Amino acid sequence: MNRGTGGGFIAIGFSLLFFTFLFGPLIIMVITAFNSSSFPRITPWECFTTDWFGVLFGNDRLMTGLLNSLVIAIGVVAIAVPIGLAGALALSELGPKLRATLYTVLITPILIPGVVLGISTIVFWGALGRSVGADYGTFFYNGMFLTLAGQVTFISAYAMLVFLARLQRFDPLLTEAALDLGATPGQAFRKILLPFLGPAIGSAAFLTFLASFENYNTTVFTILSGNTFTTALASKVRHGTDPSLSALAVIIIGITLIGAIVHEAYARRQAAIRSGTAQRSRIYGNPVLKTLVHPLTVFAILAGAAGFAAWQGSQYDSNACEAQILEEKRAIQQQLLEEQRKRMQEQRQQQTAPTTAPETPGQASPSPFGGAFKPGTLSPGSDAEPSGDAPKSNSPFGGAFKPGALGPSGEPAQETPKNGSGFGSAFKPGSLKPE
Amino acid sequence: MATKDIVLDHVSIRFGNYTAVDNAHLVIKGGEFFSFLGPSGCGKTTLLRCISGFNDPTEGRVLIGTQDMKGIGPNKRPTALIFQNLALFPLMSVAENIAFPLEVRGVGRKDRRKRADELLDMIALPGVGDKKVHELSGGQRQRVAIARALAVEPDILLLDEPLSALDLKLRHHMRTELRAIQQRVGLTFIYITHDQGEALTMSDRVAVMNKGVIEQVDHPETIYNRPKTSFVASFVGESNAISGKVATQSGKLVEVETPLGRLKGIAAGGRTYKTGDECYMFIRPEQLVLAENHENAITAQWIKEEFEGNARHMFLEAGDVQLRLSKVNSGQSQETPSGGTVPLGFAAEQAMVLPHGELAGA
Ligand SMILES: Nc1ncnc2c1ncn2[C@@H]1O[C@H](COP(=O)(O)OP(=O)(O)O)[C@@H](O)[C@H]1O
Ligand SMILES: [Mg+2]
Repeated sequence: MNRGTGGGFIAIGFSLLFFTFLFGPLIIMVITAFNSSSFPRITPWECFTTDWFGVLFGNDRLMTGLLNSLVIAIGVVAIAVPIGLAGALALSELGPKLRATLYTVLITPILIPGVVLGISTIVFWGALGRSVGADYGTFFYNGMFLTLAGQVTFISAYAMLVFLARLQRFDPLLTEAALDLGATPGQAFRKILLPFLGPAIGSAAFLTFLASFENYNTTVFTILSGNTFTTALASKVRHGTDPSLSALAVIIIGITLIGAIVHEAYARRQAAIRSGTAQRSRIYGNPVLKTLVHPLTVFAILAGAAGFAAWQGSQYDSNACEAQILEEKRAIQQQLLEEQRKRMQEQRQQQTAPTTAPETPGQASPSPFGGAFKPGTLSPGSDAEPSGDAPKSNSPFGGAFKPGALGPSGEPAQETPKNGSGFGSAFKPGSLKPE
Repeated sequence: MATKDIVLDHVSIRFGNYTAVDNAHLVIKGGEFFSFLGPSGCGKTTLLRCISGFNDPTEGRVLIGTQDMKGIGPNKRPTALIFQNLALFPLMSVAENIAFPLEVRGVGRKDRRKRADELLDMIALPGVGDKKVHELSGGQRQRVAIARALAVEPDILLLDEPLSALDLKLRHHMRTELRAIQQRVGLTFIYITHDQGEALTMSDRVAVMNKGVIEQVDHPETIYNRPKTSFVASFVGESNAISGKVATQSGKLVEVETPLGRLKGIAAGGRTYKTGDECYMFIRPEQLVLAENHENAITAQWIKEEFEGNARHMFLEAGDVQLRLSKVNSGQSQETPSGGTVPLGFAAEQAMVLPHGELAGA
């Protein structure tokens, strides 16, 4: 930090805040993926677990969606990149007036909302299908095909922008030089322009792949009754989230990090080679270090590490810990209850002190919960049944703390198997109310 | 080896209404080092691109040997063009660059490499074949571009201001080098430049162009000593131009009425003038002398002096006319004026009288 520019604590503090803001959500998400709690959170920390990855891979809908997404994305790359290249080449050959017009036409799909593109794709191909008398089995009504068609319309424009940017840096004299030296126009294109565009083809392929893979707005319409990764994910989130989504985030972040690091290794190597300082540099001049920082080595190491982590994770069994946590929760619960009971007694004493003395709690039963806290023992006029079988219940506390169990009125207890909270509905508002 | 002449037969090149090359008509002999000299924007590149086949003449014909080049593309002509910016292929190594013309002709990898190495030897850059282009210095790139052009074994090498990007020392060195290469390979070189020094030192003949018009085609010495137009006189070398009107002419000797008085000069190219014709008198700075009672006497105001090592230049003013006087530096300290009025003179022999016309840089 530069003190002269008012750096110091403020700058450090600001940087910290900034990075927290940027990466905080990601870090929290990653941590939640390994917490056994069935709701994504870090506190209270329950158990380190890798089960959520299993849950993720066990989700058929998501996995089919993923496969569909990959197929579509590869198709989009294969179609959009050549179209984008052709568009960019056409633009770079035209005069300024035609160029502006064509540019507007080609760029429009990016400006149109994806929703509109999605709907119009269905309408267009549907109309086309009807006009040729195609039935519903044909590709006119195939979600995969429609998604491909719909995405290509605007993703090719992305590819075109990438190529245009690169073409602007191309010196057309190079093509002329090639022609002058005897190359045919085809040879000049293949041997001069195409190699120059190489990096742009790579970026365009990457960009179009991502754009296709992560697209939702258009896809949600064009995929019809099918699913892609994004649509499956969206519907899952809508139906309630669990840490398997965090597990997914961990995987995506991992892939991104590996990709970024390998790319960085590649870029640095290229820079060193290009500047001609490779031989002299400490890293690239040393044969061992040189192989170590080669992008392929870096990739192998990172992929190996990720693979090992995944394998280790798949071996990890958190059942013992989870059982223990369950135990601890019970203990805490018991304590809480104890306090609760005391407080209620005091309350009651205040209410009824002048007339009746409080009843003493019943004897503890052999089961931790069992009938120990029979509703009747706490509520004066209650005749509620004993609670259900605690161990079988989804909630760690079973029905022991069924709503109403503590209430004087002794409402019939409800089962709470679907509830993800560790405490079931035990603490529903009102359940502690004395009346 | 190369004996094909290049014929520009009344070639005009227009872009819309704009005439870039106006009725160029000349023959460049096989094996000649021929330069086009002219200020930037005068149409030199356009003419060169027309010879190499990148644009067609709007009017007229280009012939190489006896063959009309109309409809023959750049890749089919026996020409090789060295571009102003060299246009070396940045993604290829030096050897790949040089072997590119062979590659596109289907020559095998081994033979290609062998030929590239031969050419590298010829341009005195052995062993750089595996380097990338950007690892070479400016002068080396220059030579690689020449080697690449020669790999085609063209009859005619076209060079578009190839030295303009180099620094002064290297430029001077490359002049000699280029001339030597040309004599070694015996090809026709057509060389384009706006630098009169380059054109005069290297060429067998020079064509001076202005605004698309070729004003004079001659040997360098003739261009310098006997310019045919005001433009050539003022563009090639330094000149003092004094405008005036012809008073009398007797034989070659012309008397001109100028703001500096009546001055005598020689009618360039044996021209005859009528009394009252508008004209320019051109006197080279080195032919202007400090002297009293000369046959052409001028009195001028001293302005400043510049020392350039081999010469000193004195800047003077007579009426509205700016004058420049150059003296070779003999090494001895000389008495030179440093203010006030200075008497000047020049020999009538050395003053050229040319019809009024456009001056370079005006
Ligand atoms: N393709 C073109 N379209 C329109 N004008 C052109 C074109 N090429 C060259 N010109 C014009 O022709 C003139 C001569 O250009 P050029 O031959 O490049 O000059 P030089 O090489 O002598 O500097 C310039 O005014 C330039 O603007
Ligand atoms: Mg030019």
